[in-house]
Amino acid sequence: MARIDQLDPELGASLREKYAIVGVGETEYVRGSGTTTRAMATRAVRNAMEDAGLKPGEVDGMMSYSAMDSTLSTFVSADLGIRLNFYMDVLGGGSSTEAMVGIAMGVIEAGMCETVVIFRSMNGHSQTRVGGTGARAVAPVVGEFLHQRSYGWQSPGQLFAPSFMRHMHDYGTKPEQVAMVKVAHSHHASNNPKALYNNRVTVDDVLGSRMICKPLHLLDCCVETDNATAIIVTSAARAKDCRQIPALIRGVVGRVSKPRADLHYEAGPISTVAGHYAAPRLWRNAGVGPEDIDVTGSYDAFTFTTMMQLEDYGFCKKGEGGDYVSDGTTFLGGRRPNNTSGGHLCEGYTHGVAMVVENVRQLRHEADDSCPIGPNGKRQHTYDHSEGGCRQVKGVEVSANLGWATPGTGSAMVMRRGA
Amino acid sequence: MTETIVADYLGMTLQVDSLDNENQAYFGHCARHEFHLQKCDDCGLIRYPVGTGCAWCASGNFTWTPVEGKGEVHSYTEVVHAIQPAFKPYVPYLMLVVDLDTQKGAPTEHEALRVLGNLVTPDGVLAPPEMVAKVGIGSRVRMVFTDIADGLAIPQWTIDEDAAQPAEIWRYPDA
Ligand SMILES: [Zn+2]
Repeated sequence: MARIDQLDPELGASLREKYAIVGVGETEYVRGSGTTTRAMATRAVRNAMEDAGLKPGEVDGMMSYSAMDSTLSTFVSADLGIRLNFYMDVLGGGSSTEAMVGIAMGVIEAGMCETVVIFRSMNGHSQTRVGGTGARAVAPVVGEFLHQRSYGWQSPGQLFAPSFMRHMHDYGTKPEQVAMVKVAHSHHASNNPKALYNNRVTVDDVLGSRMICKPLHLLDCCVETDNATAIIVTSAARAKDCRQIPALIRGVVGRVSKPRADLHYEAGPISTVAGHYAAPRLWRNAGVGPEDIDVTGSYDAFTFTTMMQLEDYGFCKKGEGGDYVSDGTTFLGGRRPNNTSGGHLCEGYTHGVAMVVENVRQLRHEADDSCPIGPNGKRQHTYDHSEGGCRQVKGVEVSANLGWATPGTGSAMVMRRGA
Repeated sequence: MTETIVADYLGMTLQVDSLDNENQAYFGHCARHEFHLQKCDDCGLIRYPVGTGCAWCASGNFTWTPVEGKGEVHSYTEVVHAIQPAFKPYVPYLMLVVDLDTQKGAPTEHEALRVLGNLVTPDGVLAPPEMVAKVGIGSRVRMVFTDIADGLAIPQWTIDEDAAQPAEIWRYPDA
């Protein structure tokens, strides 16, 4: 039997560009939705169907993920008159999006259904706080968690911080370099009318904000918001009948893990994240490399998550992530902008769906910024990226999404602009 | 025969289920202020945290083995904004990832038994700020225990006063 890490170069090509994302939808990014996850999910899915030009009878698969803090496909499909040939609601947070796109492709390939909508609906501010405060902080500590939460080690920031600190130790990564991730994303958010936080910030703003847990200042951390987001996956053949330019899926990897998915610190080096293991498979499947990518969506639960993933997927040399995120590359107008919506640091927190939504719009050349809408109903992008201006990246052809669950687990996807 | 242990610690309910044989054994040793880990009967490697099989060779056979509670801080975070309410009076507190001397560099140079814990005083109370300020990556630490209930204590770390501390300890560069 061939070794599992001995990748057959031929195999990755079999489904390349055979499937596409044809619809995206979202609700407002707010703190205080005033409604249920069911109502939000229904709106996001409806928006995605309208975006794609699909009617209830034309969607027959549904998937969602949650941390047991959300509604289910059974309710959302009912509210939209959808008879399902397939549905599945799974446990998961960050990095579920790309993994589920891969599952949707497999489900359609297996003939189980034709078109799958994937949603994540969360009252991440009003009900179940993403940062772990509130009900989660006082829940009984049992089983595996006795070895973690007993030590006041519970929130994502606390859990991930030892990886970030060790990266600084091993490679000399500086706080002011990593703060530039927030600076870049805040610039992008200033050109995103949907973003919750759309004020531009400086390195001093980040480093001057209060410390949460070292090395994370408040502004190194993502926002907590209420929102639902949805994307629709179908075959490239069916995509031709949809309303939008399809985002063709070139390759996907899902929930790739370090040697210990439970306590990844047991296998080192801990300043390397799951992307190191995912990268060869991603680029094999996509048939492209990091140098071919025009725009990235590297998950920004924290400034550091963006930096470490870009590094381990090979957008720069190992250890040079601090330089990569602080030399202008990742800004709009730079060589390879990251999270042009403002991402989870600024736009809103969606457990990753919104970063795929954004790249789909970038590939359509239809970023929903403030540029004027022309007589053809399409935005006339100015490519002037100054504050309040355009956030469309000129001539985007290929995008990469890098999803993060923990330092130990991640997913990724490459998409190309279709015709 | 074994009973579920339920105890309060810093505002949290810690619960070791009666069916959780591995954690019952682990915390039972800790309650006697002994640190025992599972050593694989087949490949001979020790593992942490508690599990039902060997992380290195998948064997289900193991023997609880005493392990020396000495090591070096591999990484850490200093929590300033506590999530659990009862930790708030103790901020800033350190969460340490400690490389044990035992089995360091096995199975590869990148591995070690990395045992979690807070920095505490020798009697197991979360460390005061002046102690927190001394510890970083490279610090030599020794294990102590925080007693919580009958049959339940948790392993913790304190500065190893008898060990030579390295000339340079890496800490987050505070402005
Ligand atoms: Zn073994």
